[in-house]
Amino acid sequence: MDLTTTLTGFVALYIFMLAAFTGYEIIGRVPAILHTPLMSGSNFVHGIVVVGAMYALLNATSTVEQVIGFVGVLLGAGNAAGGYVVTERMLEMFKPSAKTGAKSNEQKN
Amino acid sequence: MNLQPHVIIDASYFAAAFLFIYGLKRMSSPVTARSGIVVAGVGMLVATLASFLYVFGIDEAARPHLTTNVALAAIALSIGTLWAWWSGKRVAMTAMPQMVALYNGMGGGAAAAIAAVELLRPGAAHPIVPLIVTIVGALIGAVSLAGSLIAWAKLDGRINGTWRVTGQQVINGTVFLATLCIGAYIVFGVHGHAHPGVVAAFFASALIFGVLMTMPIGGADMPVVISLYNAFTGLAVGFEGYVLQNPALMIAGMVVGSAGTLLTLLMAKAMNRSVSNVIFSNFGAAGDEAQGEIKGSMKPAEAGDAAINMRYASKVIIAPGYGLAVAQAQHKLYEFVKLLVEAGVEVKFAIHPVAGRMPGHMNVLLAEAGVPYDMIYDLEDINGEFKEADVAVVIGANDTVNPAARTNKSSPIYGMPILNVDQAKQVYVIKRGQGKGYSGVENELFYADNTAMVYGDAQKVMVAMIQAVKSLEGGH
Repeated sequence: MDLTTTLTGFVALYIFMLAAFTGYEIIGRVPAILHTPLMSGSNFVHGIVVVGAMYALLNATSTVEQVIGFVGVLLGAGNAAGGYVVTERMLEMFKPSAKTGAKSNEQKN
Repeated sequence: MNLQPHVIIDASYFAAAFLFIYGLKRMSSPVTARSGIVVAGVGMLVATLASFLYVFGIDEAARPHLTTNVALAAIALSIGTLWAWWSGKRVAMTAMPQMVALYNGMGGGAAAAIAAVELLRPGAAHPIVPLIVTIVGALIGAVSLAGSLIAWAKLDGRINGTWRVTGQQVINGTVFLATLCIGAYIVFGVHGHAHPGVVAAFFASALIFGVLMTMPIGGADMPVVISLYNAFTGLAVGFEGYVLQNPALMIAGMVVGSAGTLLTLLMAKAMNRSVSNVIFSNFGAAGDEAQGEIKGSMKPAEAGDAAINMRYASKVIIAPGYGLAVAQAQHKLYEFVKLLVEAGVEVKFAIHPVAGRMPGHMNVLLAEAGVPYDMIYDLEDINGEFKEADVAVVIGANDTVNPAARTNKSSPIYGMPILNVDQAKQVYVIKRGQGKGYSGVENELFYADNTAMVYGDAQKVMVAMIQAVKSLEGGH
């Protein structure tokens, strides 16, 4: 089965090129403080591979294909879910820094 | 009638691609980052649910297996999601890098699995270009899977040290060449109609190469490697997306592929090394004999004395490293810092780009302890200020403050930018013992005249420091 869209030849190349620049531009101006959450976040985004693995599994015709497809979906789902939880936990800690009691007491010496 | 599921699938993939990019964009600023991951998460959910609509248009041949396949997909989705959710919720912040490596390897494995199913499908027509893309994606995905697993095992302490043999690069090159040859045979020799044994040999060979490539890489280079494999998985996903004619995979995969590549280069640059240098050179191996004798001796200091000295300083800069987090001392450290700030001391945190086990990992660990990010400074912003600092405190860091990186050309870390803590008037190094750093290099900072060593577990030292300052205030 093919999707109604066909992405072959130069159309595919255009998509790859534009997507590559998009990724470059998004990361390019990120402060170092967010490097770890962003690596984890992009790790989550490629968890979309689970969708492709589902396609492979649903179209499997033999036991071998079913086993490999099953493993693929399992791994892909782990990538997506794990990536999400871990990123979310990290980002949750980056609270905007209100006054943190830095001047709670004037010291009289 | 038959078209409708396709339209829904296409529309949901379009929505997913938009939400991923928009989510990543929001993640690139600390203010909006939290909502960014939620946005991207919605995209993932939409795309995954819509994919069940594939059942309305599957191949004739797969129709008899439909019920089994749908059940298998549901089971695999549930197990994978539940396990990852559970493991992701309970992993400690210090162990985050290996967890990211593990999840990343799983993504690479999934991409390789897609390729394997495509290559094993009997009687399928295989045009040459998609076939090449399948093979390349399979290779990258398999290498990412095997490499990430090794990286995970190393960071998790399941494999200790590095594994090197003479002629390593020749062996690696041979295995890589063998993988390429089998791949070329599948593409040009049999036009995709390869015997399952040949396909298995291809994947086995690619996996072995991934292991061999990662085994010799050690210690301080691990962050770069994880980031590199993250980019690899993205590329593999993008390529397999092309094979499946799935635009969501193509776009998401390629965005991550390029973003990951850029992140890898930024990190390698922060260590003043090239990516190929990281992968092909034996970091730390030549260090032992190349080092000269270091003159002087280490001077011990009491935690309490150091604390009181800091209490009466006007400017203190703290350079934390991964050892701080291992000792779970970041909360106590921040408690101590708050005491200093209340007493009118100017305190800043100096973060080396590769502090921790991942770039920016130290920021996450300090954020966990509640340190506001306006107290945290990057290397370039703070390095000029050490000259004016009365006290610099090094906690659980070693290589990132080693002056040999500036002066000693034979040192394996020569050229790496370091925090200039040695320029402060007084340096305190809080350290568990007299051992070497992660890279195995001696640190001459510890022998310097203005350096004093505070030995002990970082958490216990911080408790002692807090007590010393508090008893001082109480005595007034």
